[in-house]
Amino acid sequence: MTTASPPPATLGTQPRPAKRAQKRTQKSSWSGWLFIGPFMAVFAVVFLAPIAYSIWLSFFRNQLVGGNGFVGLENYSQVLQDSQFWSSLIRVVLFLAVQVPVMLLIALLVALALDSGRLYGKSFFRISIFLPYAVPAVVASLMWGFMYGTRFGLVGNINSALGISLPNPLSPELILASIGNIVTWEFIGYNMLIFYSALSVIPKSLYEAAEIDGASQFRLVTAIKLPAIRGAMVVAGIFSVIGSFQLFNEPAILQSLAPNSISTYFTPNLYAYSLSFSGQQYNYSATVAIIMGVITMVIAYAVQLRGMRKES
Amino acid sequence: MKSRISPAVLRGSALALAAALSLTACGGGGGNDAGGAAPEEVSADDVQAALEAGGDLTVWAWEPTLEKVVEDFEAEHPNVDIDLVNAGTGNDQYTALQNAIAAGSGVPDVAQIEYYALPQFALAESVKDLTGYGASDLSDTFSPGPWSSVQAGDGIYGLPMDSGPMALFYNTEVFEKYGVEVPTTWDEYVEAARTLHEADPNVYIANDTGDAGFATSLIWQAGGKPYTVNGTDVKVNFSDEGSTKFAETWQQLLDEDLLAPISSWSDEWYQGLGTGTIATLATGAWMPGNFTSGVPASAGKWRAAPLPQWEEGGTASAENGGSSLTIPTASEQGALAYAFLDYANVGDGVQTRIDGGAFPATSAALKSEEFLNSEFEYFGGQKANEIFAESAQNVPDGWSYLPFQVYANSVFNDTAGQAYVSDTPLKDGLKAWQDASVKYGTEQGFTVSE
Repeated sequence: MTTASPPPATLGTQPRPAKRAQKRTQKSSWSGWLFIGPFMAVFAVVFLAPIAYSIWLSFFRNQLVGGNGFVGLENYSQVLQDSQFWSSLIRVVLFLAVQVPVMLLIALLVALALDSGRLYGKSFFRISIFLPYAVPAVVASLMWGFMYGTRFGLVGNINSALGISLPNPLSPELILASIGNIVTWEFIGYNMLIFYSALSVIPKSLYEAAEIDGASQFRLVTAIKLPAIRGAMVVAGIFSVIGSFQLFNEPAILQSLAPNSISTYFTPNLYAYSLSFSGQQYNYSATVAIIMGVITMVIAYAVQLRGMRKES
Repeated sequence: MKSRISPAVLRGSALALAAALSLTACGGGGGNDAGGAAPEEVSADDVQAALEAGGDLTVWAWEPTLEKVVEDFEAEHPNVDIDLVNAGTGNDQYTALQNAIAAGSGVPDVAQIEYYALPQFALAESVKDLTGYGASDLSDTFSPGPWSSVQAGDGIYGLPMDSGPMALFYNTEVFEKYGVEVPTTWDEYVEAARTLHEADPNVYIANDTGDAGFATSLIWQAGGKPYTVNGTDVKVNFSDEGSTKFAETWQQLLDEDLLAPISSWSDEWYQGLGTGTIATLATGAWMPGNFTSGVPASAGKWRAAPLPQWEEGGTASAENGGSSLTIPTASEQGALAYAFLDYANVGDGVQTRIDGGAFPATSAALKSEEFLNSEFEYFGGQKANEIFAESAQNVPDGWSYLPFQVYANSVFNDTAGQAYVSDTPLKDGLKAWQDASVKYGTEQGFTVSE
């Protein structure tokens, strides 16, 4: 918020006009609030209130026997010592470290290919690669879950047709990779679109200049295109980080197919969900949600800082 | 400094507003403090008066045969308008119900609750004690298993709607093809599993990916009592003889990969039941209806048999599933709701539901000739109810579920389920399940021992 500086005093006693000006500023600031009042009210009710309510909840514990009681920060210390919480967090960090780079790299390659102008049927490829993003995550998970089936699913069909025995994608060892595959399939198109739109606003004159200088296509990519879309890559990166930490739909849907591979604390979100919906531990669940929110914010912010620093 | 509202002050006031909002929200949620006072007294006259006055009832249930019951009830009592809502099956519905109760609004007047989940609702006083409504006079109306399942302490928290005495359903085609006798003991069952799977690697004796309800039922049949509940004193121990019998037998099936890794109620499961991949299914007597609707192509191939025994020549059985109708404490139409419960579970509704394929919980219906003699087309004309009724008589006494069984069942796959996909022995898996239950119980304020 920048404040209007008092008008320069021209004559007479200095303090009085300054005071008046101050008064005027104060008044106008109030009328400003009047204008943004409706927004602030909605903002407070739909954005701040749920957060405040979760924080409020996290200070209590409601037991089946003994009822509700204030426990201060006990829930927080309990979550920080909860091995199930940490195992879920480590799992999504692993997911983030492997799946996100793979997905962004493929999306980038596809965007560059589309942008190169050498692809035949460009708009067909663009729409077909984007299409999976239009499929709801729940439907996509169901569909993939069916394909992963080793008895009657696609994997099962391949096995019996070729007489081989593919590893079970729903086994505890492979389930995380299988989920990564679904998420990659879903979001390549989305990230491709971010990259592609960033690529298409690069001025053509840059390419022409480069061509005159005799730059190769590869040089064009590394020297012009990639630096120009760094901002878009940071944005896509942040979205992916947040998406990974919030991983929920895919494991939640596949859980019914592979109940022993996907535990109730498979991802932090799934853990928070199970805590409140199977265990009625709303307070503890709120605490997990808040801690995860803070961790996600910190990591997303770190990604942003790092991305932006390189840019400048 | 200029005197304007600083962002910090504003943020503070917004927080205060939000906190105030949440306070009111919280105040609204704490309305379930019915306490352990004496149960409401509602006489038969009150119920009759409520029926005549009429009104609107909201019923949450997923049992399909209730639709016809509701229709008939409304025809008989035109003043009453019933809104039958399917708020999800089992756990999904409990979640919705618990949320509605916590929120203090949108709570139905009647809710279907399975026996294993009822103690949890009873303990929290989320459902009404029906002792004062006249339910205490019904002890001879229902068969003993379901009747004991709706009681907790001195209270009666629902009226039994159906029951699930267990039986073994088997695919005759598969057994005949490989010349295998239908097993009468669990040891024979393991033998049959080996023979069938050896003859055709695509055939499994059963599917199992770890099902808490199934495991506890078999332990129940074996005479195990892993749960002892006395008010808020709870004991959890899976090292008793019954639990050990189950763990040892099932371990053989797991070690030799004789169980199809297919989750019940999945698409693969229905296909497996149809194609002969899954040769048997040990479950509650409510299953026939699901066979007819879920695997219609296999009509005539399946039969029912008594549940295999732990001891040769034994007759023990167990309950699997089955549910009651309850009245949530928040309902303001207790008398009218009870009138519906009475109609559906004691009155004319019982026969309507039997005709629809449900398995009753009333002794009279279980003993009626018509019921016992009815032939199941799906089972090739077999009088399967004779087997089910026999099973209902042979359920061992003294079983109880935990007052937080819904949670315990939800973590079965986290713990015991690991035995189904790794080298963890089932015995250790059950111990891990026990530990998880003990931990949760202790956190919830129960006095838990092992």
